[in-house]
Amino acid sequence: MESKCDTQEKFKQLQKFIDSMEDRRGALIAVLHKAQHLYGYLSNDVIFYIAEKLEIPSAKVFGVISFYSYFTTEPRGKYVINVCLGTACFVRGADAIMREFEKILNIKAGETTEDKKFTLSGLRCIGACGLAPVVMVNDKVYGRVELNQVKAIIEEYQEEA
Amino acid sequence: MSNYRMHLLVCGGTGCTASDSLKLVNMLKESIKKHEITNEVEVVVTGCFGFCEKGPILKVYPDNVFYITVKPEDAEEIITEHVIKGRKVERLLYVEPNTKKRLEGQKSIPFYKKQIRIALRNCGFINPEDINEYIAADGYQALAKCLTEMSPDEVIDTVVQSGLRGRGGGGYPTGLKWKYTRQNQSDEKYIICNADEGDPGAFMDRSILEGDPHSVLEAMAIAGYAIGAQYGYIYIRAEYPLAINRLEIAIKQARKLGLLGENIFSTGFNFDIGLRYGAGAFVCGEETALIHSVEGKRGEPSSKPPFPAQRGVWDKPSCVNNVETFANISPIFLKGPAWFKSIGTEKSPGTKVFALAGKVNNVGLVEVPMGITLREVIYDIGGGIKNNKKFKAVQTGGPSGGCITKENLDIPIDYESLNSIGSMMGSGGMIVMDEDNCMVDIAKFYLEFTKDESCGKCTPCRIGNTRMLEILEKITKGNGTEQDLKDLVELGDVIKDTSLCGLGQTSPNPVLSTLHYFQDEYLAHVKDKHCPAGVCQALFSFHILPDKCVGCTACARICPAHCIEGERKIVHVIDQSRCIKCSACYNTCKFNAIEKG
Amino acid sequence: MAKLKTVEELKKIRQAALDQLDLRSTAESEDKVLVRVGMATCGIASGARTTMKAILDEIAKQGLANVSVTQTGCIGYCAQEPVVEVISKGMPSVLYGKVDENRGREIVIEHIKNGRLLQNAIINKSFENME
Repeated sequence: MESKCDTQEKFKQLQKFIDSMEDRRGALIAVLHKAQHLYGYLSNDVIFYIAEKLEIPSAKVFGVISFYSYFTTEPRGKYVINVCLGTACFVRGADAIMREFEKILNIKAGETTEDKKFTLSGLRCIGACGLAPVVMVNDKVYGRVELNQVKAIIEEYQEEA
Repeated sequence: MSNYRMHLLVCGGTGCTASDSLKLVNMLKESIKKHEITNEVEVVVTGCFGFCEKGPILKVYPDNVFYITVKPEDAEEIITEHVIKGRKVERLLYVEPNTKKRLEGQKSIPFYKKQIRIALRNCGFINPEDINEYIAADGYQALAKCLTEMSPDEVIDTVVQSGLRGRGGGGYPTGLKWKYTRQNQSDEKYIICNADEGDPGAFMDRSILEGDPHSVLEAMAIAGYAIGAQYGYIYIRAEYPLAINRLEIAIKQARKLGLLGENIFSTGFNFDIGLRYGAGAFVCGEETALIHSVEGKRGEPSSKPPFPAQRGVWDKPSCVNNVETFANISPIFLKGPAWFKSIGTEKSPGTKVFALAGKVNNVGLVEVPMGITLREVIYDIGGGIKNNKKFKAVQTGGPSGGCITKENLDIPIDYESLNSIGSMMGSGGMIVMDEDNCMVDIAKFYLEFTKDESCGKCTPCRIGNTRMLEILEKITKGNGTEQDLKDLVELGDVIKDTSLCGLGQTSPNPVLSTLHYFQDEYLAHVKDKHCPAGVCQALFSFHILPDKCVGCTACARICPAHCIEGERKIVHVIDQSRCIKCSACYNTCKFNAIEKG
Repeated sequence: MAKLKTVEELKKIRQAALDQLDLRSTAESEDKVLVRVGMATCGIASGARTTMKAILDEIAKQGLANVSVTQTGCIGYCAQEPVVEVISKGMPSVLYGKVDENRGREIVIEHIKNGRLLQNAIINKSFENME
């Protein structure tokens, strides 16, 4: 769990980021990106803080967050497994890959495992269509994934406990 | 500057990076150091070569040798054999599939033969993180020419004369767009680069930004001069971290040289560029929605008029162009509009970049002259269908486009021809499908996408697409009726006619075009309760053919549901009640004894 | 780097950076001059590396564009190593033997720049390639 000290440090970083912006007009999305990058998700505390700092009603901030699929208000797992569901991956069998992940992790797409280790989600095209089907675990890209590799990919991160 | 005798160009695009190309770069550098030839050989990380299927790509200059699928552990051999001794590493050369001959030059590889590279001219040729290389490749010369020798009206005339049309999909003449934005008087105007490449399956904009970011910056500055804007936004997907990084570097370098900023070339012209990030909303590719998102708001489209040229960002006249469109601008000024018009067709001059993907042998990024046929792209450049399967359809235009069948493979690729057969140019996704793809399933896939991405502002799109998807789900589960097919057409037509923005106006296209060209397949689903391609799980089953089964037990061993019974050398049987239709047995059988149907 | 004020300054940067790209653009060009240095073990042992470096250096000194220097394996004339072959469009390829540093520079100036062959250093080629 995060210590209080950590949280404070991140608040400071966020504050610094907002203060350093030359043009605050239309800055909300950039600030939300930064905040999610720092915290992993957007908690109520963070949202209220941003609203106050940018002088935007918090309802508007919630409106923007709920509009864009990139933003999340739920904590995510340590490893986010993204199965690309773009067209190129789809025609090369990405949906079967997704089902295999669901089966092994015993969660549905969009959910997080109980131990907060894995979040499984679908993604629309990362543009690595040449390697379809593609799976991304955090920033690492796995190309030409086959059904029988799914287990090995998960295990790669299990051992790193 | 040191005088390198040899350059090793390694692809640093997203595709090749995912196949460890950066590790290869490090290994090459280490090996070069070990052999003490650091001042002779330079390793350059470039943008995408387009031949993603065979990545990572390494090209050796000046020998002009093109290596494919190079692994990090090949680095040492390349250095000791090729770089030091001049002996080519034969096993890493491209093998021509028909003659089995190894080809060494990039241009001799069929994948590159029919391509003409304008927008991708520098991708895989220069180091995108070094502005000097861009300048050496005639970079910023077009901007210099426009600012010092031409009036804004002359600049616009040149673009109009070239006949360049928007490469984002719509095909609206770029010159006219600039002209209208220029005509609207205002103290502030904006240039916007649409880099929100949302079509799942298209990645040309990403590759241009990763491989040649300055070409976009230069063109934006030219556009700014033409319409009278001093500021530009690049709206880019947050899912493209590498492209964002390269753009940031490029903007910094251009500012440092005064190619962005105040008083460019001492002409009194000021122009600067800032980045805006998308956050995963497909609808933001629509220009009015994009403008709202640039302003930090929910990216919902609004009705036109007012057009962005009248009221765009911060209610000021704005001009939105796509990345690939911008990448075509500088060459038009350096080589002249007549040169540009000489390529492609009369109504659609120039080239188009396509992201060739799906069931084709050579997946990758190809830039071809307009007017080339789909057959040439798929068979000559793409190398035909994977595993010798039968071609079924090619989908262009992404979720807004349609499927094209083999009867239409010989039509020329241009905006009008594609529209006339129920598809569209779109941003350039080209997905090839074979006999194993079920067209109902594909239509459902696209509709799931648009249903998810509909912003919900207008009813026809929000509710209509949901209803259409429900009908398709019913059909793929075997509960469809012929009336459902009629309902799909009617619903589709209404959504097209009454939606607010381009997303809804085109979202039924994948369903309508597959219904038109593959009616038999839909009928098989609703009447015979059978999925001919064997994709929709409720509508097919596996059977073991007794006369072909030799009783090798391979299928029984691989079956995850343990539902195949039989002893060695005795014909096996599948227990249909427990079969989960995973295809494992079908793919394992070496004797073609398992039938899907 | 200072900010550019004129188009001339842009051209200067371009000129300076051009050498860098010349190596790459020359590779595709059809009328380039190709210099091939025999760099098998025996070639290297007889000093082919020094020769090649001298050739590269002289090309840069003379400001010659459209010349590309590559290595090749053993061509069998071990007694004449280091061996250098110069191929330019419209001329049969010329093979030079015992090319040391100085002769390398001479080849660049006389043969490539001035178009005069170094008669005394030419090895008579008595074979043609199969292709």
